This record gives sequence, structure tokens and C-alpha cells, in this order.
Amino acid sequence: MEETASDRNSGEVYPTIENFYKFCGQGRLMAAKCDRCGRLFVPPRVLCPDCYSSNFKWLQLSGRGKLQTYSTIHVAPKAFAAQAPYVVGIVRLEDGVNLPGRVVLGKGQEAKIGMDLVVDFESPPVGGWPRWPRYLFKPA
Amino acid sequence: MAGRALAAIVSAGLSRFGKLEGFYAREIFAQAVKEALERCPNLDPKRDIKSIFVGHMMESTEHQGHTGPLVADWVGLNPAPAVRLESACASSGLALRFGIQAIMAGLADVVLVGGVEKQTHLATDDATEYLAMSADNFFEQWHGFTFPALFALMARAHMNEYKTRGEHLAMVAVKNHRNGAKNPKAHIQREITLEQAMASRIVASPLRLYDCSLISDGASCLILTEPGLAKRYTDNPVYIMGTGQASDTIGLYERSDFTSLRATVLAAREAYEMAGINPEDVDVAEVHDCFTIAEIMHYEDLGFCGKGEGGSFVESGATEIGGSVPVNTSGGLKAKGHPVGATGTAQAYEIYLQLTGQAERRQVQGAEVGLTHNLGGHGSTAVVHVYRSSG
Ligand SMILES: [Zn+2]
Repeated sequence: MEETASDRNSGEVYPTIENFYKFCGQGRLMAAKCDRCGRLFVPPRVLCPDCYSSNFKWLQLSGRGKLQTYSTIHVAPKAFAAQAPYVVGIVRLEDGVNLPGRVVLGKGQEAKIGMDLVVDFESPPVGGWPRWPRYLFKPA
Repeated sequence: MAGRALAAIVSAGLSRFGKLEGFYAREIFAQAVKEALERCPNLDPKRDIKSIFVGHMMESTEHQGHTGPLVADWVGLNPAPAVRLESACASSGLALRFGIQAIMAGLADVVLVGGVEKQTHLATDDATEYLAMSADNFFEQWHGFTFPALFALMARAHMNEYKTRGEHLAMVAVKNHRNGAKNPKAHIQREITLEQAMASRIVASPLRLYDCSLISDGASCLILTEPGLAKRYTDNPVYIMGTGQASDTIGLYERSDFTSLRATVLAAREAYEMAGINPEDVDVAEVHDCFTIAEIMHYEDLGFCGKGEGGSFVESGATEIGGSVPVNTSGGLKAKGHPVGATGTAQAYEIYLQLTGQAERRQVQGAEVGLTHNLGGHGSTAVVHVYRSSG
């Protein structure tokens, strides 16, 4: 599904990080595609670092990809202490862009380079800044 | 060596590294400056020092800003112009580079460059959150990535791609602790065994506690002059022959290769070309071992060994004192400590000692060409300098 910024009845949706996370809140992983050179960006950019265009189209991604590398974090920051140990990794999406995120595995499942993953979404955190709903990855 | 000297180091100072209880950034920086002034009796600091560049990453931990004039004031150098530079863990590597630039531009003939960090008053998790700010907050920290985890991702990729093993990582820690045990200013002056390192608890797999550098307080500084002026201040200056710096993506995930740091490769190429040397000409090097895997990757990226051979290179003993290219004779960030803003010029301090024959029990015999490599964040900044002794 492809839509332009002006297709949205809420007005123009700028290719900002905050808007990217707002889409996550709707269960959609969205990329910004440069109108001029066609490069795809996740996270979106407001200025294409390749051709300097500032015109982008939002494009919904399948959220499917393969795990490139990962780590199991045992010493966690405060906000994630309750989840430790947890796995983070970098995922190569089938659209050819990389995205970092947590990899949430089921009981008995182990992280493996090359494993197939698919994106999922959490509800937004309560309080503090920012309050962006996080995406995460789980086995496909 | 084909190049010409860009600047000269005529003196250097280093505070003790470690938990400096009750001392804050301005006071720790003053300790480093005191040593540099005492080493250089021919220098009249108030008359001669024309400009100050100080690297400092986390000034907000003291709820104190405006570190440039702050340290100028506390080391008695007002009204000399002073500025703080921030580039995460490469802050004072950058202070050095900007000091060189001021000299080369003809704006100042004698410059104080240095760096300082105060971290041990913070709880460990607060300190690590500050350090993680050098990465992409909105996409890395926001998803629970810690700074060790980002290097763990590189370690996993390197181990997957090449024959790098956990044992190789531990060998870096053992070597750097062996060197640190010979450095009276090191944070930890104690040798460790391979078994200890490999049995330490996991921080972010595959990295263990002994794969991580230390959270330290400390300061370092150098006095630089225009090359032609150096002999006025010392018989034994060290000349800076090359400087290189490069940037890379703020998010690790945006890179096509997780087993190499492109900023290091580019910064090194620039510095080598300027100095007119090749990697095999380096006699002694201080590299940014924020994590053991980083040191292994730097061996490769700096051209000390081939791609993917970093693990077997440390295993061969080449980077030990007495090897073909001793690396981190000071103990490195791993044992000497890592007061982030101070690290870049602390590396240069060690090379200054080595190239002037003052490194005592860790002296590399006959060292004439030195190199420092200072990294910001997970490689979004790299700064490389090449040095030559006057002997
Ligand atoms: Zn473009």
C-alpha cells in the first residue's frame, strides 16, 4: 500500500521520526521513499542525504526480514531492567533497509543469525518523554 | 618519513585515573595541567599559552556547563580563549586536532589541549545511559540497546564472519591488564588471567564484564607548539606528523558492514598519507579499546593485520610489549581506564612518554613512530594521529 502525504485526511504527514512512531501506534511499519532518487528510508528523513530532495512518499513495509546480528542484554538500562535478559538485533528488512530492535522470542527459541523475523508493535509507554509506541521483532 | 611536522608536543600531563573521590572535573583537569607545567620549566604559561581546547563529553553530570572558560580559570590561564569540544569518547582526540589546526592556521603558536571526565559520582546505570547518548537515541537506546550491546552486535558479526573467538577477546583484556599493572596512573593495576576474563559475567552476549572498559575519572593534557618553536621549550619534543578524522552514521544499523569501522579506515588513511608512512612503520600504538572486540577490529582497520585476522593477531603476541607493534602499552581504556573526555589526549600522553623514552617499565625499546586512534561512540567519529620522536 502506497500513499502520499496529502492522501491522509489529517493533513500532510511530514516524514519525521515522531510520525513514524505514530504509524507504529496504528500497527504499521512505514518507510519514507525519496521522490527524486527513490531511496527508501527507515527511519524517515526530512532531507534525502543522497540527493537533497525533501519530497517523500510514505510506504508501508511488510515488516519481514532476516536477523543480521544480535546480542542478549543482561545488564539493562532502568527502563528495560524488568525484561532482562532480552535480545536486541539488527534486522535486514526484505525491502533492503536495516532496522534495529528487540527480538522477542518464545520459550525455548534461540536467536540465530539469518533467522526470519516479522515486526510487531507495543502499546505506547505511560508518562515521560517520548511516549512513542515501540515496534519489535518476533519469529516469522 | 616523508611528511613535515604539523605541530610539536613539548610537554604532557595526566591525572591519576580511577575513582577520584571528592574531586570534580575542573580540579581533575588542574592535576593534569600541573604535571605538564612542571615538566616544562621553560614555559611561562600565562605569557606563552595562546589558546585552550578541552574535550569533555558529559558536562551535564555536574550540572555545569561552559567548560572552556571554567578550566581556563581553574588553571590560571584567563584571558586565553578556551573552548570545550564534544565528540563523545573522541572529545579530546578532537581537542588535539583542533589545537593542531589553530597552530597550522597561525592563530596561536603555543596551545594547551586536553580532556577531562568525571563519572564515578554517578550510579553505574546512569553513567552507562549518558555514554549511550553517543548512539542513535531514538532508534537504539529507545529500544533498549545499551552501549556494550552495540559493540556486542559487532562482536557477534565478526565471530560469525571470521574465526574470532571469545578467547581472542579475553586475550586483549589480559594483555591490557598486564600493561596496566605497569602503569602507576592506571585505574586497575592488576593482572588478570584468561580464565578469569572468560568466566566473568555476561554484560551483553558475547561480551563479558572483562570485555568492557572502565568507568573512570581522569584528565589529560598536552602542550603543543608550532614545530619551529619546540626546542625553545624542550630538547626532546615529539612531532605530530599526521592527523585524520572521519564521521559515520549515528545509528549502527545503517551500515552495510558490522565487522569494520569505516571512519577508522578513512581517518587512518588520511593520517598515514599526511605522515608519509605505512601501517608497518608504526612502532607503538594506543587504540580505542572501549571493548575488547573494538581493539581487534582496530588492528584490521588500521592495517596492522589483514581483514578478519585481528583475533589471531592478538594471539600471535604481535601487540604485546616486545611484539612487532605493541598496542595499548598504557593498559588502554580496559585497565588504565576510560574517563571518556580525557581518553584521546591520554593516549597521546602515553605515546609522548614512549617516544621520549619515559615509559619506564612499559617502554618499547627504540620506538620512533607512534599512533593514536580515538573513537567516538560506536564509530560515528574516529580520529587518528601519527607521531615521530625527535631522536
Ligand atoms: Zn533522494
